[in-house]
Amino acid sequence: MAIRWGSYPVKGLYDELIQGRAKPRPAANKLCQFLHGLTDKEIAEHKNAADLAIKLMGITFTVYSEQDGGAIDRAWPFDIIPRVIDNREWKIVERGLVQRVKALNMFIADLYDKQQVVKDGVFPAELLKDSVNFRPQCVGVKPPLDIWAHICGSDLVRDKDGTIYVLEDNLRVPSGVSYMIENRQVMKRVFPDMFENENILPVDDYPSKLYDMLASLSPRKVAKPVVAVLTPGIYNSAYYEHSYLAQQMGAELVEGSDLQVGDDDCVYMRTIDGPKRVDVIYRRIDDLYIDPEAFLPESTLGVPGLMRAWKAGKVALANAPGAGVADDKVVYAFVPDLIRYYLKEEPLIPNVPTYRCIYKDERDYVLEHIAELVVKPANESGGYGMLIGPHATLEEHEKFKKLIRANARNYVAQPMLTLSTAPTMVGNRVEPRHLDLRPFILSGKETYVTTGGLTRVALTKGSIVVNSSQGGGSKDTWIVDTEGGH
Amino acid sequence: MLSRTANSLYWIGRNIERAENTARLINVTGHLQLDLPKGVRQGWKSIVNILGNMEAFEKLGIENDERQIIKFMISDLNDPGSILSSLHMARESARTVRDVLPREAWEEINSLYQSAKADAPKSYWPKNRHAYLQQIVRGAQTVTGILSGSMLHDETYQFVRMGRNLERADMTTRIIDVRSADLVPPDEHTLTPFENIQWMSVLKSLTGYQMYRRSVLEPVRRRDVLEFLFKERRFPRAVLHCLGELEGCAQTLKKNAEVIASIHSVVKTIEAVEPGALSQAELHILIDELQFGLVGVDTSVRETYFA
Repeated sequence: MAIRWGSYPVKGLYDELIQGRAKPRPAANKLCQFLHGLTDKEIAEHKNAADLAIKLMGITFTVYSEQDGGAIDRAWPFDIIPRVIDNREWKIVERGLVQRVKALNMFIADLYDKQQVVKDGVFPAELLKDSVNFRPQCVGVKPPLDIWAHICGSDLVRDKDGTIYVLEDNLRVPSGVSYMIENRQVMKRVFPDMFENENILPVDDYPSKLYDMLASLSPRKVAKPVVAVLTPGIYNSAYYEHSYLAQQMGAELVEGSDLQVGDDDCVYMRTIDGPKRVDVIYRRIDDLYIDPEAFLPESTLGVPGLMRAWKAGKVALANAPGAGVADDKVVYAFVPDLIRYYLKEEPLIPNVPTYRCIYKDERDYVLEHIAELVVKPANESGGYGMLIGPHATLEEHEKFKKLIRANARNYVAQPMLTLSTAPTMVGNRVEPRHLDLRPFILSGKETYVTTGGLTRVALTKGSIVVNSSQGGGSKDTWIVDTEGGH
Repeated sequence: MLSRTANSLYWIGRNIERAENTARLINVTGHLQLDLPKGVRQGWKSIVNILGNMEAFEKLGIENDERQIIKFMISDLNDPGSILSSLHMARESARTVRDVLPREAWEEINSLYQSAKADAPKSYWPKNRHAYLQQIVRGAQTVTGILSGSMLHDETYQFVRMGRNLERADMTTRIIDVRSADLVPPDEHTLTPFENIQWMSVLKSLTGYQMYRRSVLEPVRRRDVLEFLFKERRFPRAVLHCLGELEGCAQTLKKNAEVIASIHSVVKTIEAVEPGALSQAELHILIDELQFGLVGVDTSVRETYFA
């Protein structure tokens, strides 16, 4: 037998599947037994089958590489051992996410309206003034239902004591949901037998939920509004996902050059029958690039006049431009306060304790303890521009101290968590690897949370960087109902 | 449907068909070489000529050497007509329209490209070549079958079909043009030795041999073969059949007047002549005219729908 849980190390770690020597967590019990029963040969066969399925299904992500002369399409890195969460625990997380995104949407709407939260002294005016993601162009706009962040991807991590924290909220163009669905497809192809004995909740209703939410935003009340996914094109790292979602929703996949804004402020796409009006655009292009008339004039990805059309209420944009103002590692630190302020509730999922460098006392603490902390710039994603104190050199510590002193508002710091682990295939053995979880939350008339989300895993031993652009992989995520029958 | 999407679908149709035809052509040429005595073998250069890639070929300074020519036609990415180039372009087009393609079709196009690429070096050896080319033909036919069998037969599908039929008509005329030129005896009244098997090879490059037999019931002769390949509407690779398909596609689209007019003009050109009775020089002129007409169809499709 190739996988021996008796020698799997869990000391000092929180492992998602194994809670003690050779002792699986209840929700993972059947899975662990199944894996234990596989021979080396069977494991290798399953791994090959998964790799082949990924290659043949064309599940890829794009990496930009100077060396290889541009964009390359890489097969999606996938680990065949799923990550398991008990449905009872998941239900609590789900409620916490709904609460959080509701507060964030109220916060964004408030910032572009009366700014009561600033007047009441809950959110500092100087932070708003310095925010690089606040869009003055959006002030006074009232999008349908007053919702700005229709699609949110929040990253969850679990520390070694088992507590689940929200690590960050992605409110601009969060990606990864297609991989969540594809990971499940691969697992069902490769391990059909595992699904027969378990009560694993399905994940594939996301595209239809997304479509319903988008369609509900349509300014024209027609039976079948025209919904389009706006992509920067095939060289974008998430192009695979843009095309996947459009396909699954039966929506049009468009590039900026396919669209034009007419004199009537409506948005039209160029079709074989001439111009056709578009009602809702799920845009996967960053704010600053969507409309050269309103934002960066040199952008060729966007559509001139799109903001004009949106402000006139002739087209719905999801996420709304400007929603990114709450997608900022400094704003993050205020989210628990925002939940209390807007909802009069206590946060159900805690934030990771966060030091805000804008405040002198917190900054001094960061500068002093930089070797123990993770320092993050406010507006970078994909793990770029971060300092992981305990793993960094003295020079790097000094470099970041300088950066913080020069631009304090732009940095926050957090204690280094020991992210939970899950057994991951390394050759034909299993070893613990750190992971996180990105569920997706849709906000429309109702709020919907994906069943689980995308589990990303750091494939390098000891690493906590899970981004696929930096050597991370992924796992299928099982929400297992241990109470219900079949 | 987006104009850009229509354009991509059209090119998926063309490139998949092109890869299949090229594979067939190489395969049949290989078999023909083996059947002919040494003195009569035409060498491989003539098929480079059929595919119209002479310029790229000569630029590379490739000798009339079997292995190099095969390599050029199968896997040279600088040659837009090579099998791998065609499949690569089909895959890139498919990538940009994955939202309208059935998932299985994308998977098949993707895996066809991946396996064609991985296995290409094997095909340089005559021993493995047949299997490799069969795999391409089968893959292309699978794509065609999936599209026909699982895509909504709305205008989306019509663009794939138009691309396919235009490419097919074009290839049939090219094959006739070059092969019949090779077959012309020095003096038109004598029979070239082996003429019969060479005309058979023309039919076989178009998978038409068996169907010709069933339909014509005559020995394989230049006159009948030409009539069959130009005019037999019931044979899917005959020029008139392809044009009929093209017209059927165009009928389902809006704003189709110009496209249909351009198709009709090619049909008339064929109907006005008896290809079997033409001399080689006249045949060549006819084919030039037809190819010119097909370019016209392509242009009117592009200008009407993709602009």
